[in-house]
Amino acid sequence: MNNLKIFLNGVVKENPTLVLLLGMCPTLGTTSSAINGLSMGVATTFVLIMSNFIISCIKNLVPDKVRIPCYIVVIASLVTLLQMLLQAYLPAIYATLGLYIPLIVVNCIILGRAESFAAKHGPGASIVDGLGMGIGFTWALTLLGAVREWLGTGILFRSDDFGLSGWTLQGEDYGILFFVLAPGAFLVLGYLIALFNQSIKK
Amino acid sequence: MDYILNLFLIIITAVLVNNVVLAQFLGICPFLGVSRKVETANGMGMAVTAVTVMASLVTFIIQKYVLNTFGLEYLQTIVFILVIASLVQMTEMVLRKSMPVLYQALGVFLPLITTNCCILGVAILVIQKDLDMIQGVVYSASTALGFWLAMVIFAGLREQLEMTDVPKSMKGVPIALITASLLAMAFMGFSGIGR
Repeated sequence: MNNLKIFLNGVVKENPTLVLLLGMCPTLGTTSSAINGLSMGVATTFVLIMSNFIISCIKNLVPDKVRIPCYIVVIASLVTLLQMLLQAYLPAIYATLGLYIPLIVVNCIILGRAESFAAKHGPGASIVDGLGMGIGFTWALTLLGAVREWLGTGILFRSDDFGLSGWTLQGEDYGILFFVLAPGAFLVLGYLIALFNQSIKK
Repeated sequence: MDYILNLFLIIITAVLVNNVVLAQFLGICPFLGVSRKVETANGMGMAVTAVTVMASLVTFIIQKYVLNTFGLEYLQTIVFILVIASLVQMTEMVLRKSMPVLYQALGVFLPLITTNCCILGVAILVIQKDLDMIQGVVYSASTALGFWLAMVIFAGLREQLEMTDVPKSMKGVPIALITASLLAMAFMGFSGIGR
């Protein structure tokens, strides 16, 4: 399999959110706006690329029986690193994503890719796979966040953390609060997966 | 008296108002993955409840007496996930030896629990909310009960969904998510009860 194929596999064909349905907790929990979804996606991509790279490097050193605990320690250390970096340089994002940052450890995408891809391929291909999966996850989260933000607040890409005033569509008076709250997340994701099934997977 | 009232409030809030699955989005993977039958949903709920309470008790003690004492708070994520993973392994071994019947019922769910974000999430939330030990145990138990409740209701709904005629592209997960949305909306009705 060449690199482009591996990359596109993660972005479209085996999109972790819309096809494999992995990592649903951050998908639903952090997408109240497009920028929040985007930052969660980028944070996860970082951990995914690094963990895929490290695990494909150490795969021959780790005995088969204790590989899962070893992988979890690698992932948890990377998440701790990310947590410290965000706390130092982007404290606003750290506060917004909150609990979901340590929870990247238990995101099934990361352990899933480590087990099913990085443990069988070389470091180069594993980085490409991590990047593809990460971008697939990021675009799905951003799209979900954008739809919820647009229907819920009438403004797109607004972020107080980054000082973005956003792009006013129908305006705040015509926002439907339902979409920003919990039930809206389930509803929009359900329709997105259905649309994806209808148009691409067939 | 105030203390007991407070505990009662914690229970109501965690089970109904801030339901772990439907309002806080923790533990969605098992919620969607093993909710096709009420029986399996029941087993999963039971296993999660047991492990959550044990895990948050152990992590609480480690946080207060090891990490805080030696200034190692930054190791929280790594230590907690290791505690949960080994606790799950240990539960599995103990159950297999001492209660084979229960092991038969829960066996398949136990390995899945390690990557259930509900458990790590609750362990971290107990520390973040600055609860004491009794409050922490009550909070984690009632959160897990909330998970169990949501799981069983949702599995019941999905059993009915199997028999309905839905458009082809909506079959399976999409229609289940829309059902979950309606269920979450129903649970929002509790939001006035406690704070």
